[in-house]
Amino acid sequence: MERREFLKKSAAAAIAIGASSTLGNYSNLFAHNFISQKSPYDLVAVKGGEPDIMFDRAIASLGGMKNFVKKGQTVIVKPNIGWDVSPERAGNTNPKLVERIIQHCFNAGAKTVYVFDHTCDNWTRCYSDSGIERVVKGAGAKIVPADSESYYHGITFKGGKVMSEAKVHELILSADVFINVPILKHHGSSKITASMKNLMGIVWDRGYWHQNNLHQCIADFSMYRKPDLNVVDAYLVMKRNGPRGVSKEDLVLMKSQILSTDIVAADAAAAKLYGVEPEDIPYIKAADEMKIGTMNLGKLKIQRIII
Amino acid sequence: MKLVHLKKVRVIISLTFFLALLLLFMDFGNVLSPSYTNYFTFLQFIPSAIKFAGLVGLSAAGFIIIMLLTLLFGRVYCSTICPLGTLQDLFSFLSRKLKKKKYYRKKKPYKALRYALLGLAILSLFTGYMIIVIWLDPYSNFGRIITLLIKPIIIFIKNSVAFILIKNRIFYLNPVEIIYPSFYLLLFPLFVFSVVAYLSLKEGRLFCNSICPVGSFLSILSKFSLLKIDIEAKNCIGCKLCERVCKAGCIDRENKAIDFERCVSCYNCFTVCPSEGVKYKLRYKSKKNSALSETDYGKRKFIANTLSYLAIFSSLSYAQRKIVSKLPSKVAIRKKFPVSPPGSLSIEHFKDKCTACHLCVSSCPSQVLQPSYLEYGFIGMMQPMMNYEASFCNYDCIICSQVCPTSAIMPVKLESKKLTQLGKANFIKENCIVYTEGTDCGACSEHCPTKAVNMVPYKNKLVIPEVSDEYCIGCGACEFACPVKPYKAIYVDGNPVHFTAKKKELKKIDVKVDYKGDFPF
Repeated sequence: MERREFLKKSAAAAIAIGASSTLGNYSNLFAHNFISQKSPYDLVAVKGGEPDIMFDRAIASLGGMKNFVKKGQTVIVKPNIGWDVSPERAGNTNPKLVERIIQHCFNAGAKTVYVFDHTCDNWTRCYSDSGIERVVKGAGAKIVPADSESYYHGITFKGGKVMSEAKVHELILSADVFINVPILKHHGSSKITASMKNLMGIVWDRGYWHQNNLHQCIADFSMYRKPDLNVVDAYLVMKRNGPRGVSKEDLVLMKSQILSTDIVAADAAAAKLYGVEPEDIPYIKAADEMKIGTMNLGKLKIQRIII
Repeated sequence: MKLVHLKKVRVIISLTFFLALLLLFMDFGNVLSPSYTNYFTFLQFIPSAIKFAGLVGLSAAGFIIIMLLTLLFGRVYCSTICPLGTLQDLFSFLSRKLKKKKYYRKKKPYKALRYALLGLAILSLFTGYMIIVIWLDPYSNFGRIITLLIKPIIIFIKNSVAFILIKNRIFYLNPVEIIYPSFYLLLFPLFVFSVVAYLSLKEGRLFCNSICPVGSFLSILSKFSLLKIDIEAKNCIGCKLCERVCKAGCIDRENKAIDFERCVSCYNCFTVCPSEGVKYKLRYKSKKNSALSETDYGKRKFIANTLSYLAIFSSLSYAQRKIVSKLPSKVAIRKKFPVSPPGSLSIEHFKDKCTACHLCVSSCPSQVLQPSYLEYGFIGMMQPMMNYEASFCNYDCIICSQVCPTSAIMPVKLESKKLTQLGKANFIKENCIVYTEGTDCGACSEHCPTKAVNMVPYKNKLVIPEVSDEYCIGCGACEFACPVKPYKAIYVDGNPVHFTAKKKELKKIDVKVDYKGDFPF
């Protein structure tokens, strides 16, 4: 091939790729795969084991990952990777847990598993120092950047009180399954952070939330796309100086985990574990009132596992 | 070794330095280890001279090595180590290839201009009025040209490719945000780049022999070099080839003389001479026959120039030294001082040593280091500062202190960096969301790595930020995170002299967890 011809062809190919991307595959936009849950339980709480072992037990009692992930599906696992701190500081989701969830997804036949977070500290350092990048790659999933506005697409949603639109990471728009994997922590402004608060990591403009009644925004945004499964990591729990933490002295080893398809119930149980009443956390109360889920744990079928 | 091969050696060494420095200044992914940078920056003349003046140690050896090299062989520095020199050679190469410039002619020595600028640069170094050095240092100019002009273009191309890949679910390249300083700052490297490009396209190494203070300083040293390049009269056949390829324009074939002071040791003459008419000779055996460098005019003029420039610059710098307000507003933010990077000890220390080469700007992973405009005063224009509008300083990072070639940013240990107070956070309650909107926010406290910014009870079960000065390290995370526009509710004012912050002593939380007990629900 002559040089000129080669250049022409490659330019044409580049244009074709570019064009195909703009006309790209957003066919399953909003067509979320709400899985018919045959699980006998609304919520599973586990205690006393390592994060990966606890997840094995908990997901088994929900009928296994195959209840959530079907063959050939695209999955997003969204941990909290917000801070440039090492795993023993528990500022980010436990990497062992993230790794095990990815393994379960692939065992259930997932085609691709993506992991990302819109970090607060420098994203490359967060990804690597949290230990999550390493386990994600090791497990064969893809860790994807989320630090540029161009990844985010505007969406609108109904039912919010102060919020009806946001810019959301494009993978959330197209993925079949969304697994939310927050870590339970103290939080300076929202009191505690768990499942609902973790969704701040899939939007671009968090400043808007802070400016327009943070608690209500957290509740409102849960109307947009409820995760198909919430896994709250409460293995090592930050009890003060959150969400970043100052030292290891801020932590308590609680060796617990909560799984639920109900994002409000998951946070309510997490609040109880943490030692606060769910109704004292304004965003949990607001979400309960908006019927996004329930914080009344007495109404739920709960599986309690002690290892 | 035959002298003919010297040019090849020169080209290889110069390209090595050039490409290495190019990579260092382009390293926006922080792929390269910071320790690697020192191999290529420690020989850069002005940075190592500043280091030499400040501390005598191995790290300052570069300065001595260059002096010795020059005293042995003349200005080899200019054609090997200096990246701006190699950049000019690339332009010259280009203009020859494009047949724009077929050959060079001998040039005037421009002694008055050279020594005036050299004198100013030296005075500037000694007085700490770095603006002259910032303008003239070839290495720093190269750094700024790459960082501010070339790197954004490369990032733009990289991002474009990355976006096409990402659209197709290929997450191989990650886009990098281009944070761009103000347009005025762009003019600075653009002007230098244009001058350098024009001169090298038209006149070879005229920049090095008229403007560059390193060139002028080394040319004085090369007067005493052990070896010098000279014309062997008995071999010379008068073909004029050497004069035509001499980028420095220092060969005078008619008088069969070479003004070795201006020779940048490119060795082009060796390669073209058909009769071994150009040779390295021992200076102290041969008789001086340089006809060009005799007159020593302009001494008086030089002193007068120097003094007048200094007077102008210093008056300007005093006028600009204290930049008080940023933007007028009802609840105006009054930043009294800029924030200098961790390891710079004090604003004065930093201003005295920094040549604004922008290596720290390039290496900073969070891009918080950005060139300043007038925040340090006129004399510190382009010297990097912590720009908390752009980003904030990563708590666990000391890369800037590891790469700085001039010791403007001294090496610091991570543990002491974490306690180095660059400035203090100031809270403006009247701007805060909690006060104005009556809703929770706390973005500042969230980002604070030392919890100097803490959320304390306010009315209606709300919490509001409170700053404890003694724990604050001035990293700017709170200021960057504050969502209030256009004026932030919390901002960092620089410390003229950096302090040591107190470490928060925390007791272990005393909670007994019963791993076998019941759940609280």
